[in-house]
Amino acid sequence: MMKNRPYIIDNVKTEVGEVPVVATKWNRRDRLDTLKVRWSIGRMKYRIIPGIYAVGAPDKSSRVFVSANFKLSFDHLRKGLAGQDAWILVLDTKGINVWCAAGKGTFSTKEVVRRIRIHHLAQVVDHKKIILPQLSATGVAAHEVKKMTGFSVIYGPIKAGDIKAFLEAGLKATESMRLVTFPTVERLKLIPVDIFYAKYYMLAVPAIFLLLSGFTFGKYSIDLAFSSGWKTTINLLTGYFAGCIITPALLPWIPFRRFSWKGLTIGWLAAILLAFWGMLGTNMPEIISWFLMIGGLSSFMAMNFTGSSTFTSLSGVQKEMKTALPLQISMVSLGLAGWIITKFIVI
Amino acid sequence: MNAFVYLPDVVTLELNVDKCNGCRMCTIVCPHAVFEIENKKAVIRSKNLCMECGACAMNCPEQAITVKSGVGCAAGILNGLLKGTEPTCDCNSSGGNCC
Repeated sequence: MMKNRPYIIDNVKTEVGEVPVVATKWNRRDRLDTLKVRWSIGRMKYRIIPGIYAVGAPDKSSRVFVSANFKLSFDHLRKGLAGQDAWILVLDTKGINVWCAAGKGTFSTKEVVRRIRIHHLAQVVDHKKIILPQLSATGVAAHEVKKMTGFSVIYGPIKAGDIKAFLEAGLKATESMRLVTFPTVERLKLIPVDIFYAKYYMLAVPAIFLLLSGFTFGKYSIDLAFSSGWKTTINLLTGYFAGCIITPALLPWIPFRRFSWKGLTIGWLAAILLAFWGMLGTNMPEIISWFLMIGGLSSFMAMNFTGSSTFTSLSGVQKEMKTALPLQISMVSLGLAGWIITKFIVI
Repeated sequence: MNAFVYLPDVVTLELNVDKCNGCRMCTIVCPHAVFEIENKKAVIRSKNLCMECGACAMNCPEQAITVKSGVGCAAGILNGLLKGTEPTCDCNSSGGNCC
């Protein structure tokens, strides 16, 4: 057990039994785990066992911080508590981070109440205050928790890194601590999730294109499939990455509010470059077909980034999708049909 | 000033000022500073910044705020369309990756 939980450094006796003490510094293993989680390698395996944990040497008057059982959420909290003596109450959010779990209903009033009760929090501390991350408010009704358990919910800052300042200010968060931002670094961190959106299609689709490239006027040549087919792989990947890497990275600097338009813009800019390098083919129908496919693909992938963004509303995304999705599907299907036709018909 | 504003005039957020008791909870939980307090009552300062996360409505003890909250996520909406449900990013069942 301890072998898989290197962040536990000790145990402390309390009225409710032994409680694990956790480190406030990340070791090499934690950093490696973080990297793996970001790149979706066994991401869902990194769950923290729900329950009470200690930081430093807490007593009955120490603060209680509530967290999700997603490893990154927990890691950021314990790092943010460096130098403090505090308790952490970890909920069972099914391994999902605070904000998403609150949206999905696993970081909920019910779960907070349940954990306070089954872990006998009232016996661990002699005060009636718990500190929750602000972004959990989507799923937790503070007044309901108070009604059901007697514990007052105080919403702490969004980032665990601000906890020290929050405590020093007497449990007050400044306005900037309460605002969610979306700087370049944060956007870049979220890109890997979308890269794996297509999963095995990323290999299957280029492979089919590679095979189809062997056709000219309906005759097949396996040599041609390999000598010119690699271009189709580059074109497809360009469309895909234009939407899921370049657009998110440059997000605030690309005109248009709709993510689908942003993606189309970047996709077509990339297609223009590819056309100059002769990657899109030699005849006009083929080039146009590629523009349609690359544009549609990039636009769709960019639209998907609304899921990672921190400011898009459900109503807004629904409005955007109503026009964008049919357009993207038409572009890709028309482009695909056009491209296949050029392989079988003399132009 | 803000490059991170999404589509204008679509947000479903509503505030009934008559019900407001001035507890400030909405100003605390909102991650986009949509609310402010004027004369001891909440007012909506910038509706277009709202991302419909629902934290304000959830934490309003007087139920003065309504908003149709949900995931502002294209994949989630598509997921819902395919399954015939509300927009959902619930991908636990497949055991795959999730936000």
